Amino acid sequence: MVTECVKKLVDQAFLAKPDQLKGLRAVLRERLAAEGCGRELIDQLVVAVNEACMNIIQHAYAGDEKGTFRLEVIRNEDELIVRLIDFAPAIDKRSVKPRDLDDVRPGGLGVHFIRTLMDEVAFLDSGSSTGNILQMKKRIEWDLRCNIKQP
Amino acid sequence: MQYKTTINGDHTIIALTGEIDLQTSSEAREQLLELLKDRRHVLVDLSGVEYIDSSGIASLVEALQFAKSNGLFFGLVDISEAAQQVIRLARLDKVFALYDTIEDGLAAAG
Repeated sequence: MVTECVKKLVDQAFLAKPDQLKGLRAVLRERLAAEGCGRELIDQLVVAVNEACMNIIQHAYAGDEKGTFRLEVIRNEDELIVRLIDFAPAIDKRSVKPRDLDDVRPGGLGVHFIRTLMDEVAFLDSGSSTGNILQMKKRIEWDLRCNIKQP
Repeated sequence: MQYKTTINGDHTIIALTGEIDLQTSSEAREQLLELLKDRRHVLVDLSGVEYIDSSGIASLVEALQFAKSNGLFFGLVDISEAAQQVIRLARLDKVFALYDTIEDGLAAAG
């Protein structure tokens, strides 16, 4: 029998403000550690998610601290799925791309971090002219026990 | 994030500790540039950094470029594992002058 093992680890809203990021990282670390994830995997996910949240704060909302966004983290049999849902004006997805790292200058590293650390990165159709949904996936070789109990 | 500076001759060692992120990186940037504008050679002790994001890395890059263009020494010393991971991820481990200890950094700075 194949056991379905899908579990929502995080489903939480945050204000689009820099001072929210420390708490967001702590929530993410705690939930991933509770799931049995190792330090290296947690560090990678925290860096990628933090950078994606920075992009929402700095670019999607452009500093409008009244904005909000939602963080969802779901685990299934073989991957972690992270969704960041904001309600800012839709961004030009074509503008979200890594820059040439040989050009050493401050800034512009976030997309490179995300694409390097995650296995899949894509914007989903929000079905509206406002809002953006970023979905990132990380494949996992779970050597963890499935926390979903069989009936 | 907290910071502490120690003067050693023409050099200043600034220890940054805690989490350097979008909330705190502007303060790190200001402190680093202030030292460099005072014509200090700077060693940044990153042993106590628990987390650094791309905005924190950007502050270090800006300080490095300011130092280079003004003939000043700028090095990173005793870098925590968390900071090393992000520096490598940014492919800046060959760009910054990195030293295992403050003593090594001071010796290199001359």
